[in-house]
Amino acid sequence: MSGFLSSSIARKVAMALSALFLIFFLIIHLAVNLTSLFSEEAFNQASHFMGTNPLIQFALQPILIFGVVFHFVMGFVLELKNRASRNVNYVKYNGAASASWMSRNMAISGGVILAFIVIHFLDFWIPELNTKYVVGDMSGYIEGTTNYRYYEELQHKFASPVKVGIYVVAFVLLALHLMHGFQSAFQSIGFNNKYTSCVKSLGKWYSILIPLGFIIIALFHHFNH
Amino acid sequence: MTTLNSRVPEGPIKDKWTQYKDHINLVNPANKRNIDIIVVGTGLAGGSAAATLAELGYNVKAFAYQDSPRRAHSIAAQGGINAAKNYMGDGDSNYRLFYDTVKGGDYRSREANVHRLAEVSGAIIDQCVAQGVPFARDYGGLLDNRSFGGVLVSRTFYAKGQTGQQLLLGCYSAMNRQIARGKIDMYNRHEMLDVVKIDGKARGIIARDLVTGKIERHSAHAVVIATGGYGNVYFLSTNAMGSNATAAWKIHKKGAFFANPCFTQIHPTCIPRSGDYQSKLTLMSESLRNDGRIWVPAKIEDAKAIQQGKLKPTAIAEEDRDYYLERRYPAFGNLVPRDVASRAAKERCDAGYGVNATGEAVYLDFAAAIQRYGSEKAKVQGLHNPSKEEITKLGEAVIEEKYGNLFQMYEKIVDENPYKTPMMIYPATHYTMGGVWVDYNLMTTVPGLYCIGEANFSDHGANRLGASALMQGLADGYFVLPYTIGDYLADDIRTGKIPTDSPEFDEVEKSVRDQLEFFVNNKGTHSVDYFHKKLGNVMWNKVGMARNEKGLKEAIKEIQEIREDFWKNVKVPGSLNELNPELEKAGRVADFLELGELFAKDALHREESCGGHFREEHVTEDGEAKRDDANFAYVAAWEYTGKPSEAILHKEQLEFKDIELKTRSYK
Amino acid sequence: MNLTLKIWRQKGPQDKGQMVEYKVTDISEHMSFLEMMDVLNEQLVAKDEVPIAFDHDCREGICGMCSLHINGEPHGPDRGITTCQLHMRTFKDGDTIYIEPWRAKAFPVIKDLIVDRMAFERIQQAGGYISVNTSGNTQDANAIPISKHNADLSMDAAACIGCGACVASCKNSSAMLFVSAKVSQFALLPQGKVEAADRVRNMVKQMDEEGFGNCTNTGACEVECPKGISLENIARMNREYLKASII
Repeated sequence: MSGFLSSSIARKVAMALSALFLIFFLIIHLAVNLTSLFSEEAFNQASHFMGTNPLIQFALQPILIFGVVFHFVMGFVLELKNRASRNVNYVKYNGAASASWMSRNMAISGGVILAFIVIHFLDFWIPELNTKYVVGDMSGYIEGTTNYRYYEELQHKFASPVKVGIYVVAFVLLALHLMHGFQSAFQSIGFNNKYTSCVKSLGKWYSILIPLGFIIIALFHHFNH
Repeated sequence: MTTLNSRVPEGPIKDKWTQYKDHINLVNPANKRNIDIIVVGTGLAGGSAAATLAELGYNVKAFAYQDSPRRAHSIAAQGGINAAKNYMGDGDSNYRLFYDTVKGGDYRSREANVHRLAEVSGAIIDQCVAQGVPFARDYGGLLDNRSFGGVLVSRTFYAKGQTGQQLLLGCYSAMNRQIARGKIDMYNRHEMLDVVKIDGKARGIIARDLVTGKIERHSAHAVVIATGGYGNVYFLSTNAMGSNATAAWKIHKKGAFFANPCFTQIHPTCIPRSGDYQSKLTLMSESLRNDGRIWVPAKIEDAKAIQQGKLKPTAIAEEDRDYYLERRYPAFGNLVPRDVASRAAKERCDAGYGVNATGEAVYLDFAAAIQRYGSEKAKVQGLHNPSKEEITKLGEAVIEEKYGNLFQMYEKIVDENPYKTPMMIYPATHYTMGGVWVDYNLMTTVPGLYCIGEANFSDHGANRLGASALMQGLADGYFVLPYTIGDYLADDIRTGKIPTDSPEFDEVEKSVRDQLEFFVNNKGTHSVDYFHKKLGNVMWNKVGMARNEKGLKEAIKEIQEIREDFWKNVKVPGSLNELNPELEKAGRVADFLELGELFAKDALHREESCGGHFREEHVTEDGEAKRDDANFAYVAAWEYTGKPSEAILHKEQLEFKDIELKTRSYK
Repeated sequence: MNLTLKIWRQKGPQDKGQMVEYKVTDISEHMSFLEMMDVLNEQLVAKDEVPIAFDHDCREGICGMCSLHINGEPHGPDRGITTCQLHMRTFKDGDTIYIEPWRAKAFPVIKDLIVDRMAFERIQQAGGYISVNTSGNTQDANAIPISKHNADLSMDAAACIGCGACVASCKNSSAMLFVSAKVSQFALLPQGKVEAADRVRNMVKQMDEEGFGNCTNTGACEVECPKGISLENIARMNREYLKASII
């Protein structure tokens, strides 16, 4: 890697910035999804807006994709480099004595989340692109009606207990990933001061509440279908 | 016996150094590039010298046996560094620092050297601050000072309890800058094993690469020895495990006189030893004596009960405690100089009042300080009628702030909480005032061979004051040697590179190799440590804190026997061409076995008690040390002639023109 | 107490090493860990075996030479101490103790438990200093007041002993705590600000070239550091680095 990203600190900062962006995205995503708990109409409106607004579709969406891909690729590169930096392993290594499981296994939690995102792409994003840009149906309606299809599709997706199971597991791992990742991102960009304890507790709440929100939505629709 | 020329410049003492600097020869910058200097040892003295010489433009080769200059044992100094800055406005001056050091040294140091030391002391602090040494500061952002034993002013600068570390890291960083510039070639994990003389001048060294075992030749126009003291001759000391006298002893055998070996400092506040397996002793900063009160039980039956573990110190009533330093020395109390405090502890323990199982420990008690600070703090916080618990809690917080790291260290080692029960302390060998004899230029009796820092004998006389070792090391390295060595090297600008393929190098390398090969091939019966411990035992028991003629004569005989046994029966496993710690130790112990004998011989010849040297035959009526200025106001510089027992004594008469010789009194 | 020791033996840098089992008996709980190692080595010498090589020097926790990875942790299970300050009372009779050298690509093994930490030296040489000559002509030490707060923080960072436990404990073998301690010490002082940007750039560059891993903020270094160097220093170095790179 050349230029700015050639240094370890720069790579870490880039990692942190992409993480903070994704953390922000998760809030938006959850906010849209949460509407489905209260109002079918609101959810449909919000989904349609997100799915068709050109600014979101052609500016923010590519940034998001870039952010996701960058975060994973960089995470992968860092993991490889870090593994290479210890060419002979300890016979006995008591990592748990000094660092949390979450912080030591970001690659594992990250890998599970990656797998989930792939499923999510196959399951949601690619059909969505197909409908909108290949078939060319930008209406957002259920075929042959004037009702929005989003809520219907959502409920349909959470019908399968297997899918919901995978969903729950993925979000538990996301919670673990965030438990370390949230405050770690701040540390990486050099934010460690008297507000750090606030950031840490905020991070804890965030990493529990956001995945919990997604899980509740999944369970809600699974059992209310 | 010849008279030694100390080359002290003429003139009034205040002007000597200035005038000297104005008139010495200088080497121009272009010529400095053609001159090589070897610096052996990279602690405060060697590190600061290497950095400064490289800055001046000389090509420096520096040698350290550790893997980095940062690990030299200067790093372990805790308390602080003296400087006559008078920031506290308590009447300090260069003269007072000079006076205190000469008096503290019991009038056995060279006046001119000590005055120079006091003169440059202020510049050391300026220099270190500029280098980024984080000295302690007060709330106004200015430097803080504390007081230390043996003086009446506060002139000690400190960086928490890690002053030596911070100063060493300061000169380590200065060295790093020169290493990066290519002006210092740093040889880590290398040990100097001998010096090479050509036409009478020091022109190089033989060193061993401790990783590969390779024996190397290094040449230079001058050689600087900065390898510290010989405290490990006692086996147990506060020195690092690797601290050794090999470089100093090897140059002694090549013609450098060795001065006052019997002047060794026993530090009063060390953690007592706990068993035979003990490998070293741990020192706790003398600053503890600012607030701790030293005592033993006043009743012998209480002492016995404590030794048997039947009685706790906290159970002994105030009136049954003997605060012996406060009793004997009301003016200085617990802050008497180190030698006085150490001997007083030994006196009480020898009388049977020791307070641990070995009977070799006294209490250092912070209970009174905790109550005092607690009450003060309670007043400041406006607490009315605070309970005893509240006061104790507040007081403990103050003590923790001041000495927290020392208390923690004590608790880790002894497994007792010193906030609740008094600490136990006992004296241990700490610093050696004696060392290689040097003149005013810090040059030994071998031309081109210099010796700086603890390794030389110069500034502390018979006893060193607290916080003065760091000052001397840095003064020598930063501000003295760089001038004086130039005066010598000015004659060497046309010499050119010294070749290492000369017969002189061949010969010295061969002798070094022979000795190493002897060790690995000897296949004896006992490990090196076995002999070292035996030597240490003799030294501590007979050449320790108090010495007498009978003991010293026995010691000389016993050391000779141990030495003979060593050369017959030492066992060194492993081979020459590999990393071999046992082989390293063998060479060092071989030298200690000779040095120890000279040490005892010197102690035997010095028929007086002064500073760290206490002869039981020479005491006043109330048991204090009795100096003999009429007969012993000289430096005893020994010349090697083949055996320590046959060393020839040379005297450098000490003249005290600016300070009146007085009996040291701390009463 | 009696103990079983499993110790890494390796003849030289190029040789293959392995764990070798030793037994020691009658170990006093008041011994330090290295004194226990001395006892073992004395036994080995008596049996004409080559003693175990390990780095040690001051044995009072300040020189930073000792470097044993004991039961999976640098400097053993106790906190805030170096190996030489670890006492046998931390262990129980009958325990098995694993003793290994620091493991990192940048710290190659020289022999047995001794590793080569020259990487740290080169990092320091890349900029771990303030460029001031030792002429004695600097300004008076009290010419620049420095806030007590910053002086204390600087001292806390400067307390690093360069032992390498941070690297040894880190799952990524990252040297960020070590480097950041030096960067912070100087960045907090006015004297150090002049060349702060060059310093942090050069030291980080050298750190990367040495092959240390990246920091993932696990915090293991801070926990295992015998001198309690804070993670705040790493954040400060990150800030300093960003400042130096962007501005």
